[in-house]
Amino acid sequence: MASKIGLIIRREYLAKVRNRSFVVMTILSPMLIVGMIVLIAYLTKVNDDETRVVAVLNESSFFMEEFQPTKNLSFVQFEGIGLEEAKDSTNALEYYGLLYLPNEQNVEKTANATYLFTKDNPNTNITQKLESIFQRQLRQDRLQKLGVSSEQFSTVEAPFEINLATFEGEKSMKGINEIKAVIGGGFGYAIMMFIIIYGGFVMRSVIEEKTSRIIEVIISSVKPFQLMLGKIIGTSLAGLTQFTIWIISASILLTLAVMLFGIDLAQLSGDSPMPAGPMGAGMSQIEGMDSEMLLYAQEILDIPWGLLIVSFFIYFVLGYLIYSSIYAAIGAAVDNETDTQQFIFPIILPLMLAIYVGFFSVFSNPHGPIAVAFSLFPLTSPIVMLMRLPGGIGEGGVPLWQFLTSVGVLIVTFLGIVTLAAKIYRTGILMYGKKPTYKELVKWLKY
Amino acid sequence: MDHILVAKNVSKTYGDYTALRNISLEIPTNCIYGLLGPNGAGKTSFIRIINQITHPDVGEVLFNGEPLAPHHIALIGYLPEERGLYKSMKVGEQALYLAQLKGLSKAEAKTRLKYWFDRLDIGDWWNKKVQELSKGMAQKIQFIVTVLHEPKLLIFDEPFSGFDPINANLIKDEILQLKENGTSIIFSTHRMESVEELCEYIALIHKSEKILDGKLSEIKKAYKNNIFNIGLQAEKDAHGLLKNLEEKFNILSSHIDLAENQLDFKVQLTNSNTAGVLTELSGMANINRFEETIPSANDIFIQTVNNKDNGK
Repeated sequence: MASKIGLIIRREYLAKVRNRSFVVMTILSPMLIVGMIVLIAYLTKVNDDETRVVAVLNESSFFMEEFQPTKNLSFVQFEGIGLEEAKDSTNALEYYGLLYLPNEQNVEKTANATYLFTKDNPNTNITQKLESIFQRQLRQDRLQKLGVSSEQFSTVEAPFEINLATFEGEKSMKGINEIKAVIGGGFGYAIMMFIIIYGGFVMRSVIEEKTSRIIEVIISSVKPFQLMLGKIIGTSLAGLTQFTIWIISASILLTLAVMLFGIDLAQLSGDSPMPAGPMGAGMSQIEGMDSEMLLYAQEILDIPWGLLIVSFFIYFVLGYLIYSSIYAAIGAAVDNETDTQQFIFPIILPLMLAIYVGFFSVFSNPHGPIAVAFSLFPLTSPIVMLMRLPGGIGEGGVPLWQFLTSVGVLIVTFLGIVTLAAKIYRTGILMYGKKPTYKELVKWLKY
Repeated sequence: MDHILVAKNVSKTYGDYTALRNISLEIPTNCIYGLLGPNGAGKTSFIRIINQITHPDVGEVLFNGEPLAPHHIALIGYLPEERGLYKSMKVGEQALYLAQLKGLSKAEAKTRLKYWFDRLDIGDWWNKKVQELSKGMAQKIQFIVTVLHEPKLLIFDEPFSGFDPINANLIKDEILQLKENGTSIIFSTHRMESVEELCEYIALIHKSEKILDGKLSEIKKAYKNNIFNIGLQAEKDAHGLLKNLEEKFNILSSHIDLAENQLDFKVQLTNSNTAGVLTELSGMANINRFEETIPSANDIFIQTVNNKDNGK
C-alpha cells in the first residue's frame, strides 16, 4: 500500500521535473525576476538622476535666498532681463520652466503675483516643492507680523512625534504592525501562489490521465485515493524543488547583480520601512535615530521566527492539501481544461479575499474582528493567520485559543474536504463525455 | 468444477440509474468466458466490480472461493476498453511503473518485460516515448502490461478494437497460449461474433440484467430450432420439385439456379429427427448439402431479448 503511494509520488515527481516547460521555468524565472529588479533599479536611478532646472526671474526684493537646489530640482537665476526675454531664454536653454516673481511691496503680494511658466502642464512634484518654499516663507512672514522672531519661528517649526508605549511600558513604535503584517503577508502570499500554481498542476495532471485514458489501467492496480494523494504529494515535492532552486539561484544572481551593477537595493524599497525620524538638526537627534533603529531591529528579531516557520509549515501543508484536493476533484470532473473555469473561480475567490482582506484589515488592526474571523475560517486562515502571527501568540499577539481553534478547524476541514474531493475524484475519473454541473457533482458524492 | 469467480446477486446503482440488477455468474477456472451484450448493458460496471474499482451495493463476489479482497488485485489483469498510456513517458519506464503498481519488484518486472518485448518483437521500443507510437503499437504495450504479472484471471474489455487484423491475430494467439498455461480469461464485448469462436462459456447481459449464461455449446444446442439448409440437384424441373416440397415441408426461403437445376432452400422441421426427411428427399433428388443452422451468439441474444420483451 504505502509502497504504491511511494511509486506514484516518484512518478508524478519525475514526470513534473522532467517536463520541459517546468525545467525552462525553473531556470528562467530567477533570471527574469533578477533581470526585472536590475531593470527597475536602473530605471529608478535614471529617473532619480534627472534634475529639473527651473529658471527664476526675481524682480522682487523677497525670496532672495530661498531657492536652494534639492535632489531633483535646481534653480538658475536670471537677472536684468524682461519677462519675454526670460521666457525665450528658458525655452532656448531647455529649462523645465520659468518662475516669475514680479516686484511687489511685500511677501504676500509677491507670492500671489508669482507665476510658473512651463511648456506643458507642470509636474506635481515640482509645483509642490515650489509651493512649500512659498508657504514656509509666507508663514514666517505672517508670524513675524504677529511678533514672532525668526529664532522663535525655528523653534515653533521643530517637528513633533508622539511617544508610543505599550501598557507594559515598553516603548512601541509606529509602523511595526505593518512590518510584521508584511512579513506574515509574505508567507501568506507564498502559500497562495503555491496553491494556485501547483494546484493547477495537479488538476492538469488529473485531466491528462483522463484524456489519455490511462486512468482505468492504473485504477485497477491502486485505489483512486492513493493515486490522488500520490499525485498531490509528488506535485508539491516538485514544486518545493522548484521553489528551492528559485530561492537559491535568485539570491546568487541578485548578489552577482548587486556586485556587478552596484545597485542600491535600499533604493528599491522606496522609503525605508522605518518612518523617518525627526530629520533636521542636532547630533543628539541622529543618535536618537540610531537607538530607534536598534529598537526596530530588536522588534524584528523579537518576531517569533520559530513559531512563524513552524506554523507556516502547518498552514502550508494543510492549506495546500485542502486546495489541491479540490483541484484534483475538479480535474476529475471535467474532460478538458476549458471546462474548469466555472469551478476554479470559487476556489480562487477565498484565496484572493484572504490576501486582500488580510492586507487591509490585518495591516490596520491585526486583532480586529475581521482579522480574527478570517484567521479562523479554514479557507482563508492559512494566509490571514500567518499575517497575524508575527505578533506572537499570547499577550499582545494572537490569543492561544484562536490559534488552536484555527488549526483545529483547518484539520477538520482538511479531513472533510479530502473525503468529499476523493469521492468526486473517484467517480469523475471514470466519467467521460459529460459536462458536469454542480448538481451532478453533489450526486457523485452519494455514489 | 472449480470457479475462479462467482458473483452472487450483485446489484449496483448510480443515483437513479441501475447499472447491474441481481447478477449471478459462475466463471469456471481455466476457461475463456464471454461477457456479451450491447453497449451500456452493464458489462463494464461488472468488470469494475471484479477489479474492485467500485463495490457492489448488494451481493457478493468470490475470487477462488474467497470474498474479493484487495490482495486479489495482484492476481487479476485488466485491459480496459478505454485504455491509454502516459504520452510523455518512455515506453520501458512506463511499463516498469505499471508492473510495479501490480506488485512486481523492479528487477522481476524488468526481466519479464524484456522477455515479452522480445516475444512481441518490440525490443527496440524501450526508450521511445509513447506519443511516437501508433495506436496499434501502444496496444501491444498495454497487452504486455496487462499480462506481465501473470495473473490468474485476465479480463479483456473489447480487446480487439483498435488492432489491425495481423496484430489482432497475434494477440489472439497469445491469449490462447495464456489459457493453455492455466489462466482464466474473461472477454467482454458487444461485437459478439469477434469472440464467439474463442469462448467456451458465455453470459448475455442486457439492460443491467443477465438474461442467459452457460456453456456455449449447450446454449447453442438449446437454441437450435430445427432449421436446415438443404441443397438439391434436381433431375430436370427444379420448380416442380420445389412445389412438391412446399406441400410437405415448411419452406422458409428458397433459391433456384435454373442453369444448374440447383435448388437451395431453408426448411423448418418439426423436430430434430432428420433420418425420415433425408430418406424422403433422397427419393426426390440428389442431396448435395444438408446442414443444421447453428444460431450465432448474436442470434441467440436477439431471440432471447425478443422472447423476454414479448413475455413481459
